[in-house]
Amino acid sequence: MSTFDTIPQTRQEALVEVLLRLADDRLILGHRLSEWAGHGPELEEDLALANIALDMIGHASALYEYAAKLDNKPDEDYFAYFRDDIDFKNIALAELPRGDFAFTIARQFLFSLFSYFLYKDLIEIVEDEQFNGMLQKHFKEIKYHLRHSREWVLRLGDGTDESKSRIQNAFDNIWMYTGEMFEIDEPFKAAIEHNLYTKVAKWQSEWRTFVNSTLTEATLTVPDYEQYMFTGARSGRHTEYLGHLLAQMQFLRRSYPDAEWK
Amino acid sequence: MDTQKQLDDFQKRIDNGEKIEPKDWMPERYRKQLIRMMSQHAHSEIVGMLPEGNWITRVPSLKRKMVLLAKVQDEAGHGLYLYSGTETLGVTRKELIEDYIYGNAKYSSIFNYPTLTYADICVIGWLVDGAAIVNQTMLAKSSYGPYARANLRICKEESFHKKQGYEMLAKMANGTPEQRKMAQDAVNRWWWPTLMMFGPHDSDSPNSAELIKWGVKTKTNDELRRHFVDRTVMEAEAIGITLPDPELSYNEETGHWDFGAIPWDEFWSVVKGDGPMNLERIKARKIAYEEGEWVRKAAKEYARKRKLEKAS
Ligand SMILES: [Fe+2]
Ligand SMILES: [Fe+2]
Ligand SMILES: [Fe+2]
Repeated sequence: MSTFDTIPQTRQEALVEVLLRLADDRLILGHRLSEWAGHGPELEEDLALANIALDMIGHASALYEYAAKLDNKPDEDYFAYFRDDIDFKNIALAELPRGDFAFTIARQFLFSLFSYFLYKDLIEIVEDEQFNGMLQKHFKEIKYHLRHSREWVLRLGDGTDESKSRIQNAFDNIWMYTGEMFEIDEPFKAAIEHNLYTKVAKWQSEWRTFVNSTLTEATLTVPDYEQYMFTGARSGRHTEYLGHLLAQMQFLRRSYPDAEWK
Repeated sequence: MDTQKQLDDFQKRIDNGEKIEPKDWMPERYRKQLIRMMSQHAHSEIVGMLPEGNWITRVPSLKRKMVLLAKVQDEAGHGLYLYSGTETLGVTRKELIEDYIYGNAKYSSIFNYPTLTYADICVIGWLVDGAAIVNQTMLAKSSYGPYARANLRICKEESFHKKQGYEMLAKMANGTPEQRKMAQDAVNRWWWPTLMMFGPHDSDSPNSAELIKWGVKTKTNDELRRHFVDRTVMEAEAIGITLPDPELSYNEETGHWDFGAIPWDEFWSVVKGDGPMNLERIKARKIAYEEGEWVRKAAKEYARKRKLEKAS
């Protein structure tokens, strides 16, 4: 728990918490992907990465908009632009620097696969109509993100020696940030009570099986699941990278908060 | 060598308004000119992602961030169709790309200027995409089929870019004092470079007559520029923006707006490489290209292995 967080007491508080957590993951990772614009390894990837970034920021924006309505905040931008790093609820995996193309792909694959299982499950569970509608709509795009990143894991793993060592390194380095995806803390427990989140452990082994089979097909070594895992970002204990990301993202909006920017 | 009869027949087809398709006979010089124009256009779409990409991570609202990302994604798409179109003339994308990264193939000089404030993004949409539309609407009627079709497709998206840029600029121009200052300053910086996008005056444009004869272009640089100025003057006025040209005045006789002297020295110096961002733009593209090489190799190698597997 962070210094100021309280456990959601009502269904509505739990819903806002879940919306913000999902949205923060997507905004921050979408931001990292957007840094590729104009710098991709080939034109097709400039297009694909911008497209995925756009989808993810779009998903975040929709989730924030709903959270703003429930929480009496002015709009979706409030959450993106006017919170500090200790208030952001994304997992650390999302905020790590862009890295090389292999790192971008490894991260996207692991995250999109997690999102795939999560959304599939939530679509069955969530009774809130508006939230469920969003999940269904975004799920279609998540399937594309997963397919795109999985294909690249295979290409890079079973491509050249260089690409293999780069993507292997990427998985090795990012592994300690995958644990946060499967954490269930008090706020998530409260959300599960209200059918707004799910016991992710029930499909964690399926997630691993998919990861293992993809990495094996890509002739890569699966890192050790039982290693040290980073924790705390969901409750505001982030890496140092997030502050710099936010400084860039928020500076103009915060410099002139009363101006109209939409 | 192209024979006179071939040339005459070719000219007849052009004069009849027929489209020339990749497999048709064409004069060598026509092919060369098209490769030059189409690849320059493609490079411009790609380099154009850089000044706009410079603001993606700083856009002050989520809505506008998405608008900009979608725009940059469209520009990558434009680059793709244009490279594919150019490939129909017997060159490869790799050759073309290496020609501007390592050689001296040109791209539109407008992208050698920096984007200093967020208002620059709005002004690029309004003026730069606006100028591109004027040019590309003409090129959509070009005699070379693949080029005409690429431009037709591109124009639809550029119109959207222009509309979005103009809309946001209007908000800034009518917003807080700081926003108004940014908006006007951006217009002051981008106005003349935008007018230069249409190329030199007809009298200094040696290629023009030939391109028009062959129907690659259907209007001259000066005609296009005048058309652009005419429509932009009113758009500026509507949102309270002043165009930085004291000589701008409506000419009752011609029915067009007269404008001041374009700073051609600056134009030629930027074309030749001495512009504020020339080195950075090429450097950024070069780094992306070279750092991407291992990725392209891996994809190729992976495809080769899969093909071998299938064959065995
Ligand atoms: Fe374009
Ligand atoms: Fe264009
Ligand atoms: Fe455009």
